[in-house]
Amino acid sequence: MSNITALGKEQHLALYRQMLEIRRTEEQLAKSHQAGLIPGACHTYVGEEAIATGVCAHLTHQDAVFSTHRGHGHALAKGVPPREVIAELFGRVTGCSRGRGGSMHLFSPEVGMMGTSGIVGPCILQATGAGYTSKLLNTGNVGVAFFGDGASNNGAFHEGLNLAAIYDLPVIFVCENNMYATEVAFSYATRNTEVAERARSYGMPGVAVDGNDVVAVYEAAAEAVKRARAGHGPTLIEGKTYRTRAHVEGMRDGGYRTQEEIDSWKARDPITTYRARLLEAGLVAEAEVNAVDEAVRVLVEEALEFAKNSPYPDPATVSRYIFSEASA
Amino acid sequence: MSTTTATTTREITFTAAAREALSEAMAADPRIFVVGEGIGARGGNFNTTTGLYELYGPMRLRDTPIVERGFVGMCTGAAMTGSRPVVDFMFVDFILDAMGELINQVAKMQYMSSGRLKMPMVLRGCIGISGASATHHSGSYYPLFVNIPGFKVVLPSNAYDAKGLLTTALKGDDPVLFLEHKLVLNNKGHVPEESYSIPFGQAAVVREGTQATVVALSSMVKKVSDACDSLAKEGISIELIDPRTVAPLDVDTVLQSVHKTGRLLIVDEAFGPCGVGAEISAQVTARGFDDLDAPIQRLNGVHTPTPYSPPLEAAVVPDVKQIVQAIRDLLAE
Repeated sequence: MSNITALGKEQHLALYRQMLEIRRTEEQLAKSHQAGLIPGACHTYVGEEAIATGVCAHLTHQDAVFSTHRGHGHALAKGVPPREVIAELFGRVTGCSRGRGGSMHLFSPEVGMMGTSGIVGPCILQATGAGYTSKLLNTGNVGVAFFGDGASNNGAFHEGLNLAAIYDLPVIFVCENNMYATEVAFSYATRNTEVAERARSYGMPGVAVDGNDVVAVYEAAAEAVKRARAGHGPTLIEGKTYRTRAHVEGMRDGGYRTQEEIDSWKARDPITTYRARLLEAGLVAEAEVNAVDEAVRVLVEEALEFAKNSPYPDPATVSRYIFSEASA
Repeated sequence: MSTTTATTTREITFTAAAREALSEAMAADPRIFVVGEGIGARGGNFNTTTGLYELYGPMRLRDTPIVERGFVGMCTGAAMTGSRPVVDFMFVDFILDAMGELINQVAKMQYMSSGRLKMPMVLRGCIGISGASATHHSGSYYPLFVNIPGFKVVLPSNAYDAKGLLTTALKGDDPVLFLEHKLVLNNKGHVPEESYSIPFGQAAVVREGTQATVVALSSMVKKVSDACDSLAKEGISIELIDPRTVAPLDVDTVLQSVHKTGRLLIVDEAFGPCGVGAEISAQVTARGFDDLDAPIQRLNGVHTPTPYSPPLEAAVVPDVKQIVQAIRDLLAE
C-alpha cells in the first residue's frame, strides 16, 4: 500500500475531488442512458478512476493524452469539464466534439485531450507520435496512452512500445488491466498476465501498481513523467484494477464473471477506501471532504442541466471539417 | 496551372523533381519529417530521399523497423501534435498493413475533432505494374482511398506535375496520398528550379482534339499520348486529359471536353469495378448525357492479382495497341 503521508492535504483533496468528479459524472451518464438521453454507447470507467487521476495529475494542457473506448475518466482528469462530456454524449453542439463524436470520440485538444477511440490499439501508436513531436520540436511535452489489458495483446502495443523505445521518446504507456477485454478474461487471452513484465522486451522500465490506490499510481506516474521529460525515454505502467459496471451501459453483464468477484472489487473501491484512509490518518478533516462531495454534486448537477438545455448541431453542417478549413 | 512564372528550367527526372519539392519544403519548415524503411542515409529504395539525410539529419529522415501500422499510427499522433510527417512506403502495397490507422484515424481525425485538429500527412509510395514485380509489389489501390472521405489522392504523371503537386501536398493540412507509378519515375521533363505549386482538383488538358476525349491516369497518360501520336498520322484528333488528382476529381474539365467531342474513354491501369473510370462515367452521364454521341467506355487493367511471368504480366496492363483499338472502337460507335 502506498505511503499517503508523502503528500500534502491540498494534493490529497485534489486527487479525491478528481476521482469523485469522474464517478459522479459517470453515475449521471448511466442514469441518463437509462432515461434515453444518450442516443449511442456509454462505456463507464467506474472502479478505475484512480488511474486517470493519478497519472493526469502530473500533466499540463500541452501534454497529449490518447485514450480508449472507456475514456470518460481520462477526458475529465485531463481537464475537459463534465458539462462538455455530458453534452457530447447527449449529441449536443456544446459537447467537447461538437456532437460529432460521442462517448468514443471525445476530443479537446485545447487541454491536450487528443481523443478517445472506438478502436483498440491506435492510442498507443498516437501517443508515441506525440512523443516524436516533442523530441523533434524540443517542447518538453510528454505523450500518454491509456489502454486496457485487451490492447496489450494487439500488435499496436508491440509496435508502439518498440518505436518509442528505439527513438527514446517521452511517452508513458498506461495499461489499465481490468482483467477482461470486453467479456474475454485476460487469463484466457495470454500466457503471461503480468503486463509490466513485457516492458523488458522493449528495453524500458515496467512498473506494476495497485490501480485502485491513487497515491500508488500518482507516485509511479511521477517517476515516469520525470524520466520522460528528462529525455530518458518511455515507461510502461500497469495498474491492476477492475470495472464494476457492465462493459457498456444497457448490456447484460453475466456469464463471464461472478458476483463474488465484483463484490470483492467493490470493497476495494478507489474512492471510498481513499476517503477512509485520509480520515483515519487524520490528513484531512471530515468537513473538508464533505465540502468536496457537495461541490462535485453541484458541479455535475449543473453540467447535466447545461447538457439538457444545449441545442443539437445544425444538420446543414454535416460535411464540415472533413478537410482543413483552409482547403475546404 | 502553375501559381508562379518559371524562369529557369532544366530537364530532370520525375524522382529528382519530387525530391526537390521535398527538400525545399523541409528547408522551409522544420516540422516536416520523413519516415520509412531505408529512407535515411541510404536515401530510399527509389531515391526519394537521396542526399536529404546529410542536409536534415536523423530526426527528420527516420529509418523505421518494418511496421507500417506502427509508423503510420506514430505519424498520426505526430501530426495531431504539430508535426508534419511524410510517410514513404517504398511500395504502396505495404500501406495495406496500415489501413485501419489510415481509414479509422487519419481520414477521420479532423472530422472527429470538429476541425480543431489538423492532419497534415503525406503518404507516398510507388504504384503500378512493371518489371515482373509480382503481386505484392505491383498494386495501385487508389480507388480504395477515393471512396473514403478525408483523403486527397494525387497521381502525378510527369516531372513537372510531381514537383508542383508534392509542394501543394506538403504545404496543406490534409492527408494526401502521393502515388508514383514505377514506369514514370525516370521520365525526364522540364522543371523550374523555383518552387511552385499546382492546385489539387485541376485537370491538365495534355493535348487538344476534337473527335473523342480520353481521360488517362498516371502511367497511362504517356501511353495514351503515344497512341494519340499514332492516330494523328491518320488525321484522328483526340483530346487527352490528365486529372492529376483523383480526389478531388475535376469532372468539369472532362465535361467541357465531352461537350466538344461527344465521346469519352477512360484509360486506367487500376481495376475497373468501382474505380475512378466508373465514377467519371457516372458523373458525366448524369451531368452531360445530352453531349454524348456514344456510350462511355473504359479500358482498365485486368481484374486479377498481378502475375509474375512477363507474358502474363503484359497481358494485364493496357498497351498502346489496345488503347489505339479502344479509341477506334469508340469512334466507330
